[in-house]
Amino acid sequence: MFKTIFKQPKHLYRKIMGQALVASLCLSSAMLANHSVAEELGYPEKEELKFGFIKLTDMAPIAIAYEKGYFEDEGLYVTIEAQANWKVLLDGVIDGRLDGAHMLAGQPIAATIGYGTKAEIITPFSMDLNGNGITVSNEIWKQMKGNIPKRPDGKPVHPIKADALKPVVEKYAEEGKPFNMGMVFPVSTHNYELRYWLAAGGIHPGFYAPHKGDTSGKIDAEALLSVTPPPQMPATLEAGTIYGYCVGEPWNQQAVFKGIGVPVVTDYEIWKDNPEKVFGITKSFAEKYPNTTIRLTRALIRAAKWLDENDNANRPEAVKILSQSNYVGADYDVIANSMTGTFEYEKGDKRAVPDFNVFFRYNATYPYYSDAIWYLTQMRRWGQISEDKPDSWYFDVAKKVYRPDIYMKAAKSLVDEKLMAATDFSDLTGEDGFRNPQTHFIDNIVYDGSKPNEYINKFSIGLKSGDKI
Amino acid sequence: MTTLIRKMMTADSDSTLLVKSLQFLSQRAKAVVLPMVGIAVFLVIWSFAANSIDTSLGKFPGPKAVATQIGNLYHEHQSEREKEAAFYQRQEERNAKRIAKDPGYQPKIRAYTGKETFLDQIGTSLVTVMSGFILAAVIAIPLGIAVGLSKTLNTAINPIIQVFKPVSPLAWLPLVTMVVSAVYVSPEPMFAKSFINSMITVTLCCLWPMVINTSVGVAAINQDWVNVSRVLRLPSLVHVQKIVLPASIPAIFTGMRLSLGIAWMVLIAAEMLAQNPGLGKFVWDEFQNGSSQSLSRIMTAVIVIGFIGFLLDRAMLQLQRLVSWDKESANR
Repeated sequence: MFKTIFKQPKHLYRKIMGQALVASLCLSSAMLANHSVAEELGYPEKEELKFGFIKLTDMAPIAIAYEKGYFEDEGLYVTIEAQANWKVLLDGVIDGRLDGAHMLAGQPIAATIGYGTKAEIITPFSMDLNGNGITVSNEIWKQMKGNIPKRPDGKPVHPIKADALKPVVEKYAEEGKPFNMGMVFPVSTHNYELRYWLAAGGIHPGFYAPHKGDTSGKIDAEALLSVTPPPQMPATLEAGTIYGYCVGEPWNQQAVFKGIGVPVVTDYEIWKDNPEKVFGITKSFAEKYPNTTIRLTRALIRAAKWLDENDNANRPEAVKILSQSNYVGADYDVIANSMTGTFEYEKGDKRAVPDFNVFFRYNATYPYYSDAIWYLTQMRRWGQISEDKPDSWYFDVAKKVYRPDIYMKAAKSLVDEKLMAATDFSDLTGEDGFRNPQTHFIDNIVYDGSKPNEYINKFSIGLKSGDKI
Repeated sequence: MTTLIRKMMTADSDSTLLVKSLQFLSQRAKAVVLPMVGIAVFLVIWSFAANSIDTSLGKFPGPKAVATQIGNLYHEHQSEREKEAAFYQRQEERNAKRIAKDPGYQPKIRAYTGKETFLDQIGTSLVTVMSGFILAAVIAIPLGIAVGLSKTLNTAINPIIQVFKPVSPLAWLPLVTMVVSAVYVSPEPMFAKSFINSMITVTLCCLWPMVINTSVGVAAINQDWVNVSRVLRLPSLVHVQKIVLPASIPAIFTGMRLSLGIAWMVLIAAEMLAQNPGLGKFVWDEFQNGSSQSLSRIMTAVIVIGFIGFLLDRAMLQLQRLVSWDKESANR
């Protein structure tokens, strides 16, 4: 009980660190003298770490790395702490209360370019692909269900497009009622996914104009998006404050279980295998503690691999761990619904989505520059970046934030120490950080990370080159 | 029953002793039986009401669900302790291995990194509330004495006290949080920030009853005693020490008891928002989890919070009886 209040005395810590430093200096000079030995990864400079997370199933790699002892294998003693919301979490990493955290992919990017809080945050590890869904309240579902084409068995054809929602939004507009929806953070994947889905169906989600001090993102909006922390989404929907939301699991499945809403589309259907969360640390942390950074990346890579191993064979065990009250804490059944390869839409309409949560396969953990650039294009599209930027700017920002160099060092040392096989990373030899043009978007627009400005100009709703609010 | 005994008493005067002891027993029984009846009726109403309230997380927890949860929480506590022991053992093995490879390494045992159990959280809450309360007492009692002694100071300070007294902890907390994170910066802090935040919020809220009660107690000292002090020409510090303090002890303790009650109530709210790992955080986390067990766990916490609050009050009362010369004041 006292450990949370009383920390180790400072002088003792210094002394030990000093000795450790001397020892590691001796060690490294010995290694320099003997060139025949391959470069061995040193001991971690900082051993006691505190990581933050938000109660979502995609924090799983952190929980697994802890529970399976991967952090300890690296000599890291990690405390994992749930955070109240994304802002608190980001501030915690910036002011050093947290050493690292489960972050929205947009957070390190936005922090680096100074949208919101300005801070240099990097990511050596992408945590997962997919894993989000859009849920609407029962009332909205009743109204939009008639607009959705049916399969022969009477169930709706997927993916459900926002075209079905458009008449409902128009009806609310005629009645003068604002159509409110929730997402989790202004630079969250969920904000961009919800906007993407709405805009693909012809519903305008509104622009930001930070240069005019307008960061509410509601200029010209037909659907008004506002921020609600993930775990509070179901309660806010139930209270009628919002009519729908975009959030990660288990908060869509929870709406089904509670009978308060219906998930209509998963982000897998909006953009197949989209990058989602990342593990964020400050740039100064990575510079000050290079071995610790590589070691924590190694632990996370091993955890991600464990999660996807043998065709998701470990998922039930993972769900059991996540359902503990100190991690996600929702019921086993709710978490299992999406983590074990299925997703329940309307109650009883459970469909197979084997790739709903991807933690390792398809190079899910590798921080691709092109993933970072996609977020930047969406920030530009919705006005969070208020002015035109050349393509080179997009590349520079991506290279500042996404750090495949650290990832590859971690991967290589894992292979060297035979903790993982070279085949686990076989696709990544000679990787330049750009995925091939991606075609699986709900509106069939192709994304090529090497041509960001061209991509922005393809959208019918959104800012294009030269536009300024 | 008593009337029956009384009738017996008049009928047979030889057995007065027996009757007296019977009477005593019946009074005792009343003190035990009546609360029992009260609790039993409450449990029945509670389980009946709980059964008829449906929430989106299932039925409202009744007494049975709470009893199960108490068992669960205790069990979790034990298994966490086992994990903790294993953690230390692994750590020692790892340290030994590293020393073998790297003789210059100074082994270090790091504190357990696992989660706090419900019992740990109760402990954290108690430590936090007592620290906040003691800090408040250290400020409030001297201030109260000064205000009570000097009419001028009283008139000057009274409006400030009256304005700050009714402020809710929820209003203080954001300010406290920002100030603490700006002022309290050190690379290896002794105390966690969340602890400091909750503690200061508790202090700010439970300061006022102590100040008011102390000052009222000091102002109402028997004039004869003050005159004695005057006649003896006691220096002011000795006057405070020998006359004022002993005389106002009952009032001071009444204030402290009030304050401790407020401190405990405030603490839960402060911990919820500051994420101090105590009972407040437990309630908040369970609310966020939204699992089928969450409501019954929260209900368990509610009962535990009430019970601890009751015990704190009793403890303060005992202390007051022990220290105070005016035994009557303890019953107020």
